[in-house]
Amino acid sequence: MNTLTREAKPNMEIAQVEAASDHQDEHLQQDEHHQQHPSGIKRWLFTTNHKDIGTLYLWFSFIMFLTGGAMAMVIRAELFQPGLQLIEPNFFNQMTTVHGLIMVFGAVMPAFTGLANWLIPMMIGAPDMALPRMNNWSFWILPFAFTILLSSLFMEGGGPNFGWTFYAPLSTTYSPDSTALFVFSIHIMGISSIMGAINVIVTIVNMRAPGMTWMKLPLFVWTWLITAFLLIAVMPVLAGTVTMVLTDKYFGTSFFDAAGGGDPVMFQHIFWFFGHPEVYIMILPSFGIISAIVPTFSRKKLFGYSSMVYATSSIAILSFLVWAHHMFTTGMPVFAELFFMYCTMLIAVPTGVKVFNWVATMWRGSLTFETPMLFAIAFIILFTIGGFSGLMLAITPADFQYHDTYFVVAHFHYVLVTGAIFSIMAAAYYWLPKWTGNMYDEKLGKIHFWCSVISVNVLFFPMHFLGLAGMPRRIPDYAVQFADVNQIVSIGGFAFGLSQFIFLALVIKCIRGGEKAAAKPWEGAEGLEWTLPSPAPYHSFTTPPEIK
Amino acid sequence: MKRVLYSFLALLFTPYVLASEMPLNMTKGVTDISGQVYNLHMIILYICCAIGVVVFGVMIYSMINHRKSKGAVAANFHESTKVEIAWTITPFIILIIMAIPATKTLIAMEDSSDADITIKITGSQWKWHYSYFDQDIEFYSLLSTPREQIEGTEEKGENYLLEVDKPLVLPINKKVRFLMTSEDVIHSWWVPAFAVKKDANPGFINEAWTRINIPGTYRGQCAELCGKDHGFMPIVVEALSQADFDVWVAEQKNQASTAAAEAEASLSKSLSMDELMAQGEQVYMSRCAACHQPNGMGLPGVFPPMKGSPITTGPLMDHLEMVINGKAGTAMQAFGKQLTAQEIAAVITYERNAWDNNTGDTVQAADVSQHGQ
Amino acid sequence: MSTHQGKSNRKLIGMLIAGAVGMFGFGFALVPLYDVLCEQLGINGKPQNSASTYKPITIDETRTITIEFMAQIQSDMPWEFTPEVKRMQVHPGELIRTNFNAKNLSLKDTIGQAIPSVSPGQGAAYFNKTECFCFNQQRLMAKESAVLPLIFFVDPDLPDSITTLTLSYTLYNITDRGYVGSVEQGAAR
Repeated sequence: MNTLTREAKPNMEIAQVEAASDHQDEHLQQDEHHQQHPSGIKRWLFTTNHKDIGTLYLWFSFIMFLTGGAMAMVIRAELFQPGLQLIEPNFFNQMTTVHGLIMVFGAVMPAFTGLANWLIPMMIGAPDMALPRMNNWSFWILPFAFTILLSSLFMEGGGPNFGWTFYAPLSTTYSPDSTALFVFSIHIMGISSIMGAINVIVTIVNMRAPGMTWMKLPLFVWTWLITAFLLIAVMPVLAGTVTMVLTDKYFGTSFFDAAGGGDPVMFQHIFWFFGHPEVYIMILPSFGIISAIVPTFSRKKLFGYSSMVYATSSIAILSFLVWAHHMFTTGMPVFAELFFMYCTMLIAVPTGVKVFNWVATMWRGSLTFETPMLFAIAFIILFTIGGFSGLMLAITPADFQYHDTYFVVAHFHYVLVTGAIFSIMAAAYYWLPKWTGNMYDEKLGKIHFWCSVISVNVLFFPMHFLGLAGMPRRIPDYAVQFADVNQIVSIGGFAFGLSQFIFLALVIKCIRGGEKAAAKPWEGAEGLEWTLPSPAPYHSFTTPPEIK
Repeated sequence: MKRVLYSFLALLFTPYVLASEMPLNMTKGVTDISGQVYNLHMIILYICCAIGVVVFGVMIYSMINHRKSKGAVAANFHESTKVEIAWTITPFIILIIMAIPATKTLIAMEDSSDADITIKITGSQWKWHYSYFDQDIEFYSLLSTPREQIEGTEEKGENYLLEVDKPLVLPINKKVRFLMTSEDVIHSWWVPAFAVKKDANPGFINEAWTRINIPGTYRGQCAELCGKDHGFMPIVVEALSQADFDVWVAEQKNQASTAAAEAEASLSKSLSMDELMAQGEQVYMSRCAACHQPNGMGLPGVFPPMKGSPITTGPLMDHLEMVINGKAGTAMQAFGKQLTAQEIAAVITYERNAWDNNTGDTVQAADVSQHGQ
Repeated sequence: MSTHQGKSNRKLIGMLIAGAVGMFGFGFALVPLYDVLCEQLGINGKPQNSASTYKPITIDETRTITIEFMAQIQSDMPWEFTPEVKRMQVHPGELIRTNFNAKNLSLKDTIGQAIPSVSPGQGAAYFNKTECFCFNQQRLMAKESAVLPLIFFVDPDLPDSITTLTLSYTLYNITDRGYVGSVEQGAAR
């Protein structure tokens, strides 16, 4: 950590930007926190520095990753054998629910926000984020949200047990008393995400260095900009959905209750109107990361930069037209099923373009395989496998067989674990030298990679077979024919879970010391962040850099 | 590194070796539709595999041959409009080719008109209810796997968790229309062999249909998370030839009249405490224990305990009312419709005397049928 | 530069917050929007829940539509509830009367609300009720029974592809819920 506490020169420019832009917390304005950083806990509590906040986000997301992972271990331990051994079904349902919520809202999304905080100012040549005080808030409400969510598990009646998708009326009339806490925590997470998104948009729009035109933006910045707009569009819809659940359960409304003129299927429409763009919120920044790493280690410019930008935008737009593909079995008219099937299949086109572009970038490059590149290559292959199963799921008649089975579980874990999480790992390895000033232990990194990539496939690949053979998801016990494969899956799960401690050890080792990193530790790297010394100074660009 | 790779591959393929009894692919099923669905699944799978082989092939070739360690020098190209247009258009064409058969199958699947037989399927926590629209036959279908097998004190049977007390019986070669609905939360009725999966939504009806080609027993499960025992509400369908089906229907009618006579007879019978307790325990374990637990302690905050509760130890009238008519707005169902008077009498007797409740009350079928009159 | 940037920051923040608030409102606007779409496109098979007026129209004797009636009781509802006739053949445009029978089996006065649902969903818009017990809440004293009337006609514009309409009523126990006068139901009595 010591490398992060280094002093930086006071910077009047930022102070002015903040004073002008941030009118929310008057009392903080008196705080002369730029002249001297408070040390210890105060430094982190009151920080408005994009790097400190980025670090907080990243550590928080890693802790949540381990917490959600621990729940996955409980699930896999129970599913190791048929029969009920360790936990009873109601607790099992709480584990699947909270595992999902934590991984989505606590691990993946904050990790991306952390990366955005660290990288976007450095990439666009800005001194800091545009709204530093809001930045502090958007992080510090998150731990409260998750404390509330996790504490509900210890209440009488237990925590949320209706799946992370909280379909009504299971989440309304039939839910445990702690549902209000669940709703409240989702509200806080939503507010945090929206504040983070506003900050990203304002930073990218207003704080680019002179000459940093739109089509010169690094793809990570582009994908995050689009993600931020998606967040502002759909997080409020989620907030609305949970509010309706709250009033249905406690205040006698009947949005989702047929008895009062509502419709439980409407819940699913509104939820997935949020839920599908949310899926892309969790994958678009990954595309940006991979588009930074693959060219670096291919020592070759990214193939088809502009088509990448257009593909990302069209994925974002299409994401609003496909929500009902999660609901083919709810009984829609044929024309609606066809519409959503076609739109969903269409998403394969821009996604394909991206994959082809990455492969073309590698083609006739000069490849080396450092850990970030290994994770990036694993991302491309395994995310594409997840994309293939997604295409299969789009075929409505076949979806009737796949829906709500382990095939779906396999699909979205390929997209989210070997997709989103692997890209975050790749990003961490890639930028750790810039963040800490030290090179990470390459050997340990490779061990982590191989352990992860093998175990993750042992964990998720056989799930495809379980689903095709007919095992429904979210069940605590299963027919004996599924026993062997579940055992393999569980072993893969435990191995994958343990492998992540290698990563933890590596990061701690890297922060503590190691070979000093050059300003540009990767031969083929491009981008403004590599023009800064390693570790990056407290305020990234005090004078705007020249853009060629 | 190579050794790691080999062991990775070996592990990937172990499922094939170990799971000799588990099918590794989607079932072809026993209906024309399920066959079509299987074909669609295989076509799209092959297309994906082919694309995968090409894309990953190129990638792996480049990973092997374009390494810096082999002296590869990076080329300079970074865009090509022609290539980019080509790989936008090609997937598009593949998708159109894929969409045509999918559309055809989907339209066929959703056309439930001109059915020969209509069955209403009602899901509730955690059982299915089948009602034959034209035959006046209706019954509940519950998991029949003994609790001992689930808890592991007994060897698990062949159809562990996929067996029910009374399966749905259907004739083959007839268009069977299903009308799905639910009494509480959303359930989903799924039999893979028919490629039928449809949600049962409370307050709404959904339609699906099938035409079974081959007689046999087909098993499925609830496919939508519906609460605690979502994993314990299987579906079993027995498909019979028309002749066998007619015999079965006649049997059901007979059984119904015998049951009615038995119920009538039970009203005048008076059972001893021991008999009631024995029968009551059986009913309790199969119908009540899922929520209120075998030891009568319930689940704190979710399902109330039976032991020492004001209902089971208070006035008998309230107890009868609770079991027969349920409690509005909770998961406590009205069991008057689901159990016979005799069964209710027995289970109430059991609840009032088990777990140190010891009220000493015995309840007879007549008390139940006279409840409230 | 800074003040200029501060101004444009504020403007942008204002727009983004307005967007977020707008989308929160949009989430709620989806509720009526969904109802309208369902009614127009027959997405969920919810028929209109207000009385239609029957103007004498030509009865299309050339077409026969099979109407099936289903009665469904929620698991916490202690009533018996059955259609008098399970299935009937009607001509589009014909005004038909049929009954459902209800009986309260419990010892408590209970209020029920019947919720109609039509399958196939696209047929819902063509199923017109001039009188229906589902327009009102139904209160039955302990052990009381009642005959619940339904008068309806099928719109002759019903698409040719539909030959069977299934009308299901689900009876909800709303005794403790107090939906009095809300959302079109129960307002009449």
